[in-house]
Amino acid sequence: MRSDRHQSAPLGLKIAAAAGLLFLHLPILLIFVYAFTMEEKSYQWPPPGLTTQWLAVAWNRPDVWSALGLSVKVAAVSTAIAMVLGTLCAAAVSQTKFFGREVISLLVILPIALPGIITGIALRSAFSLAEIPFSFWTIILGHATFCVVVVYNNAVARFRRTSGSLIEASMDLGADGFQTFRYVILPNIGTALLAGGMLAFALSFDEVIVTTFTAGQQQTLPIWMLEELVRPRQRPVTNVVAMVVVLVTFLPILAAYYLTRDGDQVAGSGK
Amino acid sequence: MPAGSAPVILPSRGGIAGALSDIFWRRPKLLLFLMLTPPLLWLGIVYLGSLFALLLQSFFSIDDFSGLINREFTLKTYGELLRPANFDIIVRTVTMAACVTLASAVVAFPIGYFAARYARGKWKALFYLGIMLPLWSSYLVKIYAWKLILAKEGILTWLFAKLHLSWLLDAWLSLPYVGGNSLSVSFTGTFIVFVYVWLPFMILPIQAALERVPGNLVEASSDLGATPGQTFRNVLFPLALPGIVAGSIFTFSLTLGDYIIPQIIGTSRLFIGQAVYAQQGTAGNIPLAAAFTVVPVVIMGIYLWAAKRMGAFDAL
Repeated sequence: MRSDRHQSAPLGLKIAAAAGLLFLHLPILLIFVYAFTMEEKSYQWPPPGLTTQWLAVAWNRPDVWSALGLSVKVAAVSTAIAMVLGTLCAAAVSQTKFFGREVISLLVILPIALPGIITGIALRSAFSLAEIPFSFWTIILGHATFCVVVVYNNAVARFRRTSGSLIEASMDLGADGFQTFRYVILPNIGTALLAGGMLAFALSFDEVIVTTFTAGQQQTLPIWMLEELVRPRQRPVTNVVAMVVVLVTFLPILAAYYLTRDGDQVAGSGK
Repeated sequence: MPAGSAPVILPSRGGIAGALSDIFWRRPKLLLFLMLTPPLLWLGIVYLGSLFALLLQSFFSIDDFSGLINREFTLKTYGELLRPANFDIIVRTVTMAACVTLASAVVAFPIGYFAARYARGKWKALFYLGIMLPLWSSYLVKIYAWKLILAKEGILTWLFAKLHLSWLLDAWLSLPYVGGNSLSVSFTGTFIVFVYVWLPFMILPIQAALERVPGNLVEASSDLGATPGQTFRNVLFPLALPGIVAGSIFTFSLTLGDYIIPQIIGTSRLFIGQAVYAQQGTAGNIPLAAAFTVVPVVIMGIYLWAAKRMGAFDAL
């Protein structure tokens, strides 16, 4: 317990914390203003005027839609694979003790601990050594690999809180292993899995570093944005897409937060 | 689950599911094996296999005349890393990573401190989401936002002009190493964006470390006559240090490996990530690219070893 005497923070600390939070949020808010600017050739501030016409222009762009479609498909498939692999791994690591447990948790975390460019170029050179042509599935190989850790982290945290005696009680009452899984384990870890899945989806949807190495000529939405960043051609459309991406990624994060907020380990605290 | 302790009292179950369930109960190792095989196969083959292939290629070399890869074991490619042009890239990247790490620690500490010790109830949730949303919002969008902010015609130049401080900005930009034509093509810009993008990775471990400090330690310190400043220096800060080190693992490693931020906001002088990208792409020199990626891995290996000795992993 903390004492009540220290409820109020020193003024300097309040200012520093508030300034830090503003530093984190103002740039993102700025995106929302730029999506409506009338200026199309430069990043001029203040905007000369506001308009909603770019929303319609962006809506009618087939390249944006196909990039978005590919991103959603990749994220969905990678999340599905990651949820199966991550849950299996978490169940094995948290429910039993065995030789090499630490090594396995290290192995799962490695793809996200090492810089993304290493994962990317490693996969790229492996594809070229094995003469695998770039396809939808080469993107999936990369994405699922680093999505596993997000699901794993969430599931492990929940397994740790789930008491083993619940499972024993279920067995004592005559349930077989599958019934125990279906009626006892799954309801207990369900929200954590869902949260992990949403975070994995957000991670994959946004990934660009590994994707540039594994996509070949295909364009996911982040790759589309990267090309616009390197060689700006349609700034207003990019502004609108940026705004939409911010909105789309916020939803799964908020959902994951609400699904796990009552626990001691809230989802998303490690990316 | 205690394995095989009591004799089986019930008759065995009927059906395939029942039989399987019984087998798994009698042989937990089999279940464990079945559970671990898919993830380990995936990570082992896809990930470790690729990493190994990469490492292998760093010992190959490229033929200077034909441009073909010579598949014979050699350390020549690693030797090339020491050429001034390449070595500069490594020094530049490591310096940037160190600066970014220091700056993020300074900016992150008050936020983590406030969130851990003073924020309650609604404020706690607000702080949590306030750190989480920037952490998870799109990496490219964040960089794009800074491209808008740092552009010559952007909001920062405008703000400096409004405050009649344009001379200060111009003076800074005319400095030799950190300056440039505008902030978006200078090392200062690269630095700001790095700090911005990795900041949440520093805040979270600091907050976690501070939350584990019991309140009565702080009270004991002030009961014994320490001023708030002394309490901070002698009690809180040493206990928060593992958190800072844990956060610095992320900021350091992420800066070492990033190639997109310096490409979009920065000068034409390369960082390790860009060198890797250029070598494997346009130059087609996969061995040198592979050797370049070994540099951050080795640096991070040393760093992690040092961090482990400081107890940083308990704060992750």
